[in-house]
Amino acid sequence: MPLYRDEVVVLRTHKLGEADRIVTMLSRQHGKIRAVAKGVRRTASKFGARLEPFMVADAQFYEGRTLDVITQAVSVGAYGPAITSDYGAYTAASAMVETADKLTEDEGSLQQYLLLVGALRSLSRREHGPGLTLDSYLLRSLAIAGWSPSFHDCAMTGAPGPHSAFVVQLGGVVSDEVAPPGAPRLDAATLSLLGALLSGDWSVAEAADERTRSQASGIVAAYAQFHLERRLRSLEHVDRSSPSGAREEQTT
Amino acid sequence: MYEGIVQELIDEFGRLPGIGPKSAQRIAFHILQTESHDTTRLAELLTIVREKVRFCEICGNVTEHETCSICRDPRRSQATICVVEEAKDVVAIERTREFRGLYHVLGGAISPIDGVGPDDLRIRQLMQRLADGTVTEVIIATDPNLEGEATATYLSRLLHQPGLTVSRLASGLPVGGDLEYADEVTLGRAFEGRRLVEN
Repeated sequence: MPLYRDEVVVLRTHKLGEADRIVTMLSRQHGKIRAVAKGVRRTASKFGARLEPFMVADAQFYEGRTLDVITQAVSVGAYGPAITSDYGAYTAASAMVETADKLTEDEGSLQQYLLLVGALRSLSRREHGPGLTLDSYLLRSLAIAGWSPSFHDCAMTGAPGPHSAFVVQLGGVVSDEVAPPGAPRLDAATLSLLGALLSGDWSVAEAADERTRSQASGIVAAYAQFHLERRLRSLEHVDRSSPSGAREEQTT
Repeated sequence: MYEGIVQELIDEFGRLPGIGPKSAQRIAFHILQTESHDTTRLAELLTIVREKVRFCEICGNVTEHETCSICRDPRRSQATICVVEEAKDVVAIERTREFRGLYHVLGGAISPIDGVGPDDLRIRQLMQRLADGTVTEVIIATDPNLEGEATATYLSRLLHQPGLTVSRLASGLPVGGDLEYADEVTLGRAFEGRRLVEN
């Protein structure tokens, strides 16, 4: 099968040679694909703009010996320009694609693909604040990968909650009986926000105040990086100083 | 695998950007077959470049002096600064002969996924150059790709101050191309940046 076609979301690109790029993509059917896009750095390139990060495209590939070659690409969702026009959204989207890249290192999944495309679409439409969208994406993508955190019942014993001791290594909140000494305690508002972000309850999430959001984002970042077993470089640069999004502006 | 110093030379060439193992081998064998004075000249130049060439203290362009020839040129407008990503972008714009102001080289673009944030670029130095009010216009000429656009967005937010005009290079259809082959992002930008035709 020398030629194949799939819908892809572009995760990142690397320069190759004079005018080419290696494009890393998460596809709907073929998992993660690394392929060469020839001549896309030239200003006269016919599909360079369609193969920028955050873009969703219907692409055709030619199977190569080491890397496949992209022969055609048509835009399905041009989210890049809208995302880059908001710096906060850009930094959040960068953290999302880096997470997707790490989570799908061995194999991709349709659920991960759909979640990422949905999150990028939401960011480009300013449906929610970039910070909230990012935190929700991180929790849900980890849940799909099998690391669903518990924010109510004990993650160790299953004892009904609410519990306040949160231990990243144990998978969420734990009861006082199993909580290690010195385990950090989360207040009810933070746990409620984390639960809302995991389930996608946006009315609860957007009602949270800045202090609660800040505490929740710290927990999400720690949880994500512990389970990915590596640091996410983009998370250090996420700009949460200027929350945007139509609904968020209405609440402030 | 070759023995000893030949393999070391191939490995060193292979570490250069855009040079793969085959290209590295080809360059190494070209050097082995070249007249000795040519390779001596190349080796001398590599040493001199590392010793003499530095970055301009004002704009960040490459120079052999403390400041570059553009910053030293009194005929150039001091009121306009064109912000570019790399020193090679200065050469590209100079080739147009359209711009007579000064430059500021950022040293890259904001790319969180590569660990490059605003603090890793020469943005603080740009703000220092704008502090005395001499500059009245900043032209952002970062690359028309995702990182370049995001850097332009960040800069335009930062440079929003009274008495300072901030503009972005236009992007759109390439000269000599066919409209039907333009992608929708480029065509969309061309529509956004359309200009009135004078009668």
